[in-house]
Amino acid sequence: MAAESKIDPMHQFQISPLAGDLDGSPFVFTNSALWMLVVLALIWVFMLGGMKRQLVPGRWQVMVEGVTGFIHSMVTTNIGPEGRKYMPWVFTVFMFILFANLLGLMPFALVGAQPFTVTSQFTVTGIMAIISFAIVLIVGFWKHGFHFFSLFIPHGTPKVMLPMIFLIELLSFMVRPFSLALRLFVAMIAGHILVEVFGSFVVQGINAGGIGPAVSVLSFIFIIGVMALEILVCAIQAYVFALLTSLYINDAVNLH
Amino acid sequence: MDFASAQVIGAGLAAIGVGAAAVGVGNVFGSFLESAIRNPAAADSQQGRLFIGFAAAELLGLIAFAVAMIILYAR
Repeated sequence: MAAESKIDPMHQFQISPLAGDLDGSPFVFTNSALWMLVVLALIWVFMLGGMKRQLVPGRWQVMVEGVTGFIHSMVTTNIGPEGRKYMPWVFTVFMFILFANLLGLMPFALVGAQPFTVTSQFTVTGIMAIISFAIVLIVGFWKHGFHFFSLFIPHGTPKVMLPMIFLIELLSFMVRPFSLALRLFVAMIAGHILVEVFGSFVVQGINAGGIGPAVSVLSFIFIIGVMALEILVCAIQAYVFALLTSLYINDAVNLH
Repeated sequence: MDFASAQVIGAGLAAIGVGAAAVGVGNVFGSFLESAIRNPAAADSQQGRLFIGFAAAELLGLIAFAVAMIILYAR
């Protein structure tokens, strides 16, 4: 399909080593690692600018306090007063996903850099989902011991239904890390492919002549709308990941 | 029918699921808006549940997309 047009929408997700080659050593500095470091540096600068602890906060401090206050209220309303303990992880996940998503949308290609969305790799989102799931398991078994298994049996289940309900609940519990990782990863991939495909329509429409340029203009207008939607999706996916993580931790802490 | 054309048709059929998820997401936000206008005072407290429902509905569409991609790039 991409052989004739030479525009390959999957090329932007390719991991390529910046030095050395992928076959030689397991530790290669790739473009993915570079963009993770960029995300880290951005978060660091963002947080550092807002941690002045002024009595009358400036604009920057209000931004940072808005984010921390937002995550704090999310964690305390979902988990309860104990939720403060889990705020570092939820906050880390939220900030990393939000910054990585938004950085992936930035038009770095205009200045010649190859943009890369860190969260469009299943490995990255999968690791974050596994850490969230591990926190749930560790906290659950630490606090409740084998009583944690009562999570799989809702209150007032008839005796006859117990084995089946237990299996269904267990299945829906085990699927959680996959759904958590898959949602973020596919949302990012789908958005970027959509933008890339319609971007190729613009170029091909201009080259085609005839009615082509009209198609180009329509595609360009469509891209503007899609980009606005993508910015919204970036924020929503970060929010949903953090919200579901805190909900799952709530299951482990309070057992229904 | 050769493999390549069957692949493209299969991927297209798998993409129908994305449309079904669109109905689901629209239903989630539509129902929320309908009840939020009736009782605006209670709307803000239910925003978390709104996004949980949105996430659950959206995930199924994204799975359909993933299946379409797997079929399309299968060898």
